[in-house]
Amino acid sequence: MEAMPRWADIILVPLINLLLALIASGLVVLYIGENPFEAMRIMVNGAVGSAYGWGYTLYYATNFIFTGLAVAVAFHARLFNIGGEGQAALGGLGVALVCLALPWPHWSLALPAAVIGGSLFGAAWAAVPAYLQAKRGSHIVITTIMFNFIASALLVYLLVNVLKMPGQMSPETARFVEGARLPSAHDWFAWAGFRKSAPLNVSFFVALICCLLVYILIWRTKLGYEIRAFGHSEPAAVYAGINPVRITMITMLISGGLAGLMGVNAVMGEAERLVVDSVQGAGFVGIAVALMGRSHPFGVLLAALLFGMLYQGGGELEYEMKAVSRELVVVIQAMVILFTGALDNIVRMPMERMFLKLRKGQA
Amino acid sequence: MDFATALQIFDSTLRLATPLLLACLAGLYSERAGIFDIGLEGKMLAAAFYSAAIAAVSGSVWTGFLAGVCASMFLSLIHGLASISLRGNQLISGVAINFLAAGITVVVGQSWFELGGRTPPLEGAARFQPIDLPFASTIEVIPVFGPLYSQVLSGNTILVYVALLAVPVTWYVLFRTRFGLRLRAVGENPAAVDTAGISVIRLRYSAVLICGLLCGIAGAYLATGLAAGFVKEMSAGRGFIALAALIFAKWRPWQALWACLLFGLLEAIGNRYQNIEIGTFVVPGQFMQALPYILTVIILAGFIGKAIPPRAGGQPYVKER
Repeated sequence: MEAMPRWADIILVPLINLLLALIASGLVVLYIGENPFEAMRIMVNGAVGSAYGWGYTLYYATNFIFTGLAVAVAFHARLFNIGGEGQAALGGLGVALVCLALPWPHWSLALPAAVIGGSLFGAAWAAVPAYLQAKRGSHIVITTIMFNFIASALLVYLLVNVLKMPGQMSPETARFVEGARLPSAHDWFAWAGFRKSAPLNVSFFVALICCLLVYILIWRTKLGYEIRAFGHSEPAAVYAGINPVRITMITMLISGGLAGLMGVNAVMGEAERLVVDSVQGAGFVGIAVALMGRSHPFGVLLAALLFGMLYQGGGELEYEMKAVSRELVVVIQAMVILFTGALDNIVRMPMERMFLKLRKGQA
Repeated sequence: MDFATALQIFDSTLRLATPLLLACLAGLYSERAGIFDIGLEGKMLAAAFYSAAIAAVSGSVWTGFLAGVCASMFLSLIHGLASISLRGNQLISGVAINFLAAGITVVVGQSWFELGGRTPPLEGAARFQPIDLPFASTIEVIPVFGPLYSQVLSGNTILVYVALLAVPVTWYVLFRTRFGLRLRAVGENPAAVDTAGISVIRLRYSAVLICGLLCGIAGAYLATGLAAGFVKEMSAGRGFIALAALIFAKWRPWQALWACLLFGLLEAIGNRYQNIEIGTFVVPGQFMQALPYILTVIILAGFIGKAIPPRAGGQPYVKER
């Protein structure tokens, strides 16, 4: 029997963790001599108080859904994929190559091709660490960290030497053709007040579909069962005839593919060209999102929305409170990872004791 | 390339290898005791900021140094609390510490100095000054060895020598003292250490604190020795290169020195030349930047000798009940 009821495990503990993280971040704001409640109000207002804010919040959330799902899928097989940053960068490269390859007539043709390009490149970048983990036992955390740095060097090289437009100074590709432009929130939902500048685009729906597909994969298919069994106990999974090499490879390829899809949103949907560092840390935010969302697609969706709000609100905060820089968001993100991931037992241990006592009282 | 250029490259190699070496030895203590630490980067960054900030305010580099080391050790304590006492995930804790440092250094820096996350430039007594080793000018006339001694080894700040001295000290502590034997044992088989009546918790905390101390020195060197002040994200992945060097060295102190010097040399060459031409083939600068990481992946893959980490690394110790 579990020590805690299910609702406490999946709702109460994460909420208390989040609260602790916010309190700790509030203390940081106090430490620099500002009012944490005022900062909170500005951030929430900036993120969800207007259609303008939503246009950015949901755009960021789209990125974080992709990278969060990537980390979450790997977590189910007890693989810690820190390489989301590099895989998303390569995914962006794949998307850009697809968009530049053909004179696309319409986005509905370009989008599926870009989805394939992004996920293939992301998966390919995850394949080497996955193979080394599965076949040679090289620790996947270290190899994926190394691959993040290799990816960033590779992209700078390609942009400066190969993909840059001739005669242009800045290292970026040519702008994609008009037929590869994804419909933005302004195109479809202008009546809701989305402005032309809002980066939110149709990729948001791709992200929602991915949430659903990951849910089906993990809890409704044989492969998902094998992934979870492998994550719970490798010896038991092997005894049950599950091939560890196959599961490690497949899980990491899916994980890398999901991270790579971020390029569809950031490169194709927003920038409409490939620039240096198109990922901007979203790969790492994915870790916080997956932890916060307990590796469940619905949890990932909620956590991604929360982090989308944080990122958009953090930008507004910088405008309104001069003494606070937007890196406060990184501090909050760190606190969330710390309290929901590493210091989880600070809440969990006393809670378990409390519930055990309660149950004894009833019996 | 002539001898004078080579000397300049060796000189910057030594300077660039110093923070790597200190962080690498820091990781060595922690990982030998069974605590994985991917938060070296964050601890260095926090120490770099606080040492530069306090040195700028107080005008004394040693006050700054102390503040930097304290900041780094504070983060170490959080890591220890998470991974030893609360048995949390050590990797996740390390990731959190990296972000915490990346965020807090800029947030606090902006609020204190309003220079976009920088500290004011440090001068005079607020910075570590170069030290001339004895007889540096007298033996410069000796060919090859003379210039190497007087131009490369001599004329560095005190922390460079601290880093170089830390190598034999670490070797001695780990392989010739009782504490070192126990520390290595706790990373391989904590249950055996516990059975012998030695506290696993205390050993691991001391390892983590030593790690914080060394990372603190590394960070202080970055901001007050190598550079003159703190810049946002100034550790620039050095904590991860140190981690790579640690794997490259297979968790041994002398090999750590060679690995860090090699990676320092790569950085020095990369800083000096944009591209390197070997015959008709041009090696791009980005390849030089990525080389430490590529080499580490190859080492990890076990194609050139296998790198086997301490056996109990990454697992929290639960006392038998």
